[in-house]
Amino acid sequence: MDSSRRRVLQLLGISALAATAKPVLNAFAVEQQASGAEVIIKEGDNVLKARQWAMVIDTRKLKSEADLEPLIDVCHKIHNVPELQNKNHEIKWIWGTHYHNAFPGKAAQFLAEEVEHRPFLVLCNHCENPPCVRACPTKATFKREADGIVFMDFHRCIGCRFCMAACPFGARSFNYRDPRPFIQETNKQFPTRMKGVVEKCNFCAERLAVGQIPACVEVSSGALAFGDLYDPNSEVRELIRTHFTIRRKQILGTEPCVYYIV
Amino acid sequence: MLELALKGGKKYYGWMTFLLIIVGIGFLLYLRQLDFGLGITGLSRDASWGFYIANFTFLVGVAAGGVMVVLPYYLHDYKAFGKVTILGEFLAIASVLMCLTFILIDLGQPMRAFNVLLYPTPNSVLFWDAIVLNGYLFLNIVIGWNVLEAERNGVHYQKWLKPLIYLSIPWAISIHTVTAYLYAGLPGRGFWMTAILAPRFLSSAFASGPALLILMCLIIRRVSNFDPGREQIQSLAKIVAYAICVNVFFFLCEVFVVFYSNIPEHMDHIKYLFVGLHGHGAYVPWMWASMILMVIGIILTVNPITRKNEGVLAVACVVIFLGTWIDKGLGMIAGGFTPSPLHEVNEYIPTLPEIGIALGVWAMGFLVLTALFKIAVSVKEETRS
Repeated sequence: MDSSRRRVLQLLGISALAATAKPVLNAFAVEQQASGAEVIIKEGDNVLKARQWAMVIDTRKLKSEADLEPLIDVCHKIHNVPELQNKNHEIKWIWGTHYHNAFPGKAAQFLAEEVEHRPFLVLCNHCENPPCVRACPTKATFKREADGIVFMDFHRCIGCRFCMAACPFGARSFNYRDPRPFIQETNKQFPTRMKGVVEKCNFCAERLAVGQIPACVEVSSGALAFGDLYDPNSEVRELIRTHFTIRRKQILGTEPCVYYIV
Repeated sequence: MLELALKGGKKYYGWMTFLLIIVGIGFLLYLRQLDFGLGITGLSRDASWGFYIANFTFLVGVAAGGVMVVLPYYLHDYKAFGKVTILGEFLAIASVLMCLTFILIDLGQPMRAFNVLLYPTPNSVLFWDAIVLNGYLFLNIVIGWNVLEAERNGVHYQKWLKPLIYLSIPWAISIHTVTAYLYAGLPGRGFWMTAILAPRFLSSAFASGPALLILMCLIIRRVSNFDPGREQIQSLAKIVAYAICVNVFFFLCEVFVVFYSNIPEHMDHIKYLFVGLHGHGAYVPWMWASMILMVIGIILTVNPITRKNEGVLAVACVVIFLGTWIDKGLGMIAGGFTPSPLHEVNEYIPTLPEIGIALGVWAMGFLVLTALFKIAVSVKEETRS
């Protein structure tokens, strides 16, 4: 296919997506009591596009919990992720864990102490072959044709939690109760959720739509890289080419799109 | 025929009132869950399914087990079972109703349940599960009701029912196969990812379903003038005996593969259930109890002396029912989620409201079952006299 036709198709796809997304976002804005607080989706030259978004995490640059904190905080803040005290009700999009939890079955017996204690950032892998999408009975979670992001429609989700059982990375959270009273400061640019639906990292799709890279990448001072996995000149491809990288549970064939430099 | 369910003695009405009270309590607790969210249960990020789905899975088995009276009668022309096929079909109706209710109360947004039909998704096993369960319910209502009505009127049942009856046999197998596929096809859940899961589910189904049916037959004989028959009960008992043996054998196959291969991802779940993992072992006594109960069940049903004694047989059936409930319900779900995909152990313990709601669903099922059996037994009494 020649490039102009591809471009027209891409634009068509994106505008169709935007057209369907807008009323949904507007509905949220209304529900948020703030009349006139309309979510505007800018389209045009600054929209970031990719065939498949991917992330490379240079774990050598994130040495302690304190290094992860700003990344986690900014994500949870802009996405209205509640802070729940009861561990059973916990919701998290991105968090730090030990090497042997991030990579169970891949740990060496006598790992370097530094690696053993280094926190590993984990989040949704936006798999190329996502088992959660396969499991969902309503297409409430789906893989975006345009850029490969595994997306959630909070309005269609029936809360059956089949996707949570299907995800081999524990990336998904369920709203076991109304999350809204537990949001410190509501970001009106992003929908809050209701009880009874599943949520997870969205690779900051709302930021990509307006030409911004994911928030965690932005505040990581170079520890995280983001780009198109299928663009040979992208930053992520350059890092994957020049470094030995690993992915979580590659053996399962889901093709995770988050790569780790250890 | 529905009026037959309304004509009953004091004991019948007392039992129905008792069940209604439990249904009512369960319903009130469910209203609380509807208001607060599933947070009133013991579920968590790691154990995202629990007691409801466990009971659902077990009851799909009981429903499928009903086919064990239908199949010998219609396919092998085993005449003796003609007397009790209706009981198997009605048991299936009540069980599937409980299954569907358990699914519904497990949803975070139950009012959106019809999204499954609005946005049909053939790649989701849950979509197929909804189809096979509702289909099985429909088949059993149509077949059971019409055959019984024909019997009441002293005529042969309608010809067009025959293909439906034949269809209902593989359909019974399908409901439990699809239910097993819900679990077996998930990557990264080592406990469930085994090709023998569907056969295991079916073997435990063919033990627990007919075991419950035997108990029902014994009760019916005591409280009514209809005797399901000694031969019928003994034949059912042999089915239970084979099925429970196969079920334990399948489990041992699982244990061999998992422990001889020594792959931690598959081993750790069974370790968690039977000896505990990282200091957590809430299910250990339950799982051993389940094994002991099933072995006692085998001894009592395989041995002809104990099997032929109906009192002992009743005990065996209770023991097998409980053993398979723990094995396939409680352990199967909690064990699959622990340890988590990140290899953390966050134990799932059902809460009291959760158990209360589940009891309400069971009471609802037995309410329907009692009414249906009352109708069936009344027709049998009528036609005999």
